[in-house]
Amino acid sequence: MMKFLLPLAAFLVLVVFLAVGLNRDPREVPSPLVGKAAPAFEVPQLAATDKRFSPAEMKGKVWLLNVWASWCVSCRQEHPLLVELGKSGIVPIVGLNYKDQRADGLRWLKQHGDPYVLSAFDLDGRVGIDYGVYGVPETYVIDKAGVIRYKQIGPVTPEALEKKILPLVKELNT
Amino acid sequence: MMRALLIVLALLVGGSCLAKDAAPLAENEAVEQRLNVIAEELRCLVCQNESLAGSRADLAQDLRREVRKLITEGKTDAEVKEFMVSRYGDFILYRPPVKPTTWLLWGGPFLLLLVAVAALIMYLRQRGRTVAKATTEHLTTEEQKRAAALLAEEDKK
Repeated sequence: MMKFLLPLAAFLVLVVFLAVGLNRDPREVPSPLVGKAAPAFEVPQLAATDKRFSPAEMKGKVWLLNVWASWCVSCRQEHPLLVELGKSGIVPIVGLNYKDQRADGLRWLKQHGDPYVLSAFDLDGRVGIDYGVYGVPETYVIDKAGVIRYKQIGPVTPEALEKKILPLVKELNT
Repeated sequence: MMRALLIVLALLVGGSCLAKDAAPLAENEAVEQRLNVIAEELRCLVCQNESLAGSRADLAQDLRREVRKLITEGKTDAEVKEFMVSRYGDFILYRPPVKPTTWLLWGGPFLLLLVAVAALIMYLRQRGRTVAKATTEHLTTEEQKRAAALLAEEDKK
């Protein structure tokens, strides 16, 4: 009996491990930045070229930092959702136009809609490195004190928005 | 003819790729060598099974540029790695640090080895006992007769 049960038990353990392993998304690497102060930066704005943006300006507000680019395909997937969110006025969204050309970025916003309060222009991706960006789009929820509370890797899905981002924004605003 | 043409084409294409990759490098030999050693230890997060040194992803190029800058600023290897870990997490290191959450990862293989050795010892002891039993318990005369008969039958065939 043991001879039969032992391999079966070992096999079942293996199956459980494999099942859990296969259902995890390897692209979702936990960010060490969650719970830490959002890295400071100061870069020009995308539209108003003579103005600059720094996260310090958003102190006292709960806000989203959305990393996007005109060359990023999955940004198109999440964009209608962001446009809607931008219109609703629930939470200000700041764009970080990552490694893009100014003209391309502006054209893209005209074409797909502009949900952003403003977009910061990160031409060489230096800000992206400080924020640990490795797959555009990425979205950060930043609280009133300027601490990163959540990071969404990849496009914002309706599910992630409903279940994680919006409840968190609500909680941080109270 | 066709083959020669293909080879020439391959050489041309290969050459242009190399030229593209080599462009931003090689200002300072020592810096490049250290960059390579460090980049070999770091994971490219875009194509996760490639090292930062081997990857051609855009981000990898940016990160190599960043590492190069840190080296020329006089940062130690540990400081460069710390820079990466603070942004991308431990996952960027191919050699994860030993800490409570990674104890199982580091100790797991040895734990399995221990279990296997214990199982082997148990198995060998049991086997030794059965072998000993078989050699000490002699056959009865009845059984010996039957065995001899069977063997004789075998010989006849």
